[in-house]
Amino acid sequence: MGKTIAEKILGKHAGKPTAAGEIVMADVDFIMSVDGNRPLSIQVFREMGGKNLFDPRKFALVIDHAPSSPTPTVANTLKLVRQFARQQGCILYEAGEGSCHQLLPERGHVLPGDLVIGTDSHTCTYGALNVFSTGVGVSDAAAAMISGRLWFKVPETIRFVLKGRLPAGVYAKDLILHLIGSVTADGATYKAAEYVGEAISALSIDGRLTISNMAVEMGAKAGLMEADEKTLAWLKGRASRPFEPVFSDPDARFADVREYDVSKLTPQVALPHRVDNVVPVEAALGKPIQQANIVACTNSRLEDLEIAASILCGRRVHPGVRLYVVPASRPVQMEALRRGILQTLLEAGGIMGVPGCDACSGGSHFGVAADGDNVITTANRNFRGRVANPEAFIHLASPATVAASALEGKIADCRKYVR
Amino acid sequence: MQLKGKAHLFGNDVNTDDIIASKYKSSTTDMLEMSKYLMGNIDPDFVRRIAPGDFIVAGSNFGCGSSRETAPRVIKLAGLSAVLAKGFARIFFRNAINVGLPVVECDTGGIEAGDRLEVDLTAGLVRNLTKGTEGKVAPLPAVMLELLSDGGLSEHFKKHGTFHLQSIEKGK
Repeated sequence: MGKTIAEKILGKHAGKPTAAGEIVMADVDFIMSVDGNRPLSIQVFREMGGKNLFDPRKFALVIDHAPSSPTPTVANTLKLVRQFARQQGCILYEAGEGSCHQLLPERGHVLPGDLVIGTDSHTCTYGALNVFSTGVGVSDAAAAMISGRLWFKVPETIRFVLKGRLPAGVYAKDLILHLIGSVTADGATYKAAEYVGEAISALSIDGRLTISNMAVEMGAKAGLMEADEKTLAWLKGRASRPFEPVFSDPDARFADVREYDVSKLTPQVALPHRVDNVVPVEAALGKPIQQANIVACTNSRLEDLEIAASILCGRRVHPGVRLYVVPASRPVQMEALRRGILQTLLEAGGIMGVPGCDACSGGSHFGVAADGDNVITTANRNFRGRVANPEAFIHLASPATVAASALEGKIADCRKYVR
Repeated sequence: MQLKGKAHLFGNDVNTDDIIASKYKSSTTDMLEMSKYLMGNIDPDFVRRIAPGDFIVAGSNFGCGSSRETAPRVIKLAGLSAVLAKGFARIFFRNAINVGLPVVECDTGGIEAGDRLEVDLTAGLVRNLTKGTEGKVAPLPAVMLELLSDGGLSEHFKKHGTFHLQSIEKGK
């Protein structure tokens, strides 16, 4: 019997062949932890009796959830993070460097075939690079920081076969929103998702990261893809150690295989307050909006900023709309600066946040919406209260749909701006 | 392990921001203080109605969303003894066991608000004392029972210094 990517990666790290349903103890390749947890993983590490990290080169602390340090409580929390990093000599990404889910791939910390955990639910993002990565709580992270290991239940896999090519004006975000709407918010709970097919091959790495990022929004433990030539080219110059891509065998057993033809897909919008409340943009057209966000680990990479800028170029956002823009990382911000993308976004009326989780996580205290406001955002969650106000209404869409809606002051069809 | 209390009802897809809104982490790091705002976004009076030992009873996908362990911690600190649901989001489920909060997967359909319940984790049974009915509980994996009996993952590490899980070492 053949094996899935998930079974192979977990088996390799457990040191024995495994099949879905088994519980294994596995060595982890990398652990990431953020400033947004309460308590912090480093506090639980101490509470558990931890003295030294199992390997400080395999542990990164990232200050991204509240990079602008909005209150004394947050400032003191960030101080603890910095002190721990100094004492242990581990990797620290300071405030302003970017979102953990951009930094780990960008700096080559996560590579095909790896097993990675992080104290943020969107850690599944690295699946786009053929990494089995999953979000954990601070206790699991602290246990792995001490021992280098963690127990895992080997998940079954749902394979999504995505045929055809996305039409103009329809992007990776529309595709993943459509899939989540189709399987629902708990349709893949306890399972790994695997995304294959022509539609995935045609996407850039930025687009693939968007899809894997949202695997958790269908309940999945991981959102895996195969590594292809694009993956290898992207990793060139980033990877500093050898790696081995992993593929599902042709006779692997999947819990479900779901086929989609994406060639007729239209822009999609997730309506409040559920990520799986997805409709084609036609069903939401004309809804007035007060805030538009091009933000978050989902959709604020270079390609996303470039698409938004191409729509906003030479135009001004609607006077009733605030447009927040938060680049995924400092390198993304710098490159967008060099290419004139930031200038275009600023000239259009954009308000810049600090690279990281600004205007996505309510804990960032940036871009908090008012009571009754309709927000359209490129983020991954539209839960009530997500942007720190339970009286606001959050809609999820692609950067192109957000940019077009910002121009018109209402939910708009981006396709008329896309040449 | 036997638990007794009354039921507080919630629906499907109760997410981690519903359980504890992330905005509170900017004003305090005290979990007990944070537990006063449990379910604040969806049921602001909830905390005042809890008697020690009570249960949260919910539908499917309870705890979806963030990996913040704050969510099960504040449920436990608010005095609730367990969460009963038709289904749980997987990170929440692990986090709950890790902090020593029992999570019980069972058919919650017939339970009404205020029903007196008895949960027997060892026998795997939920008894509705008000209605006189009884239901089965989906059994926890052996590894989770080991962690729960130690009082959670922190306590497990304090005791053993590292992972010491017999169910895995024996290859069960």
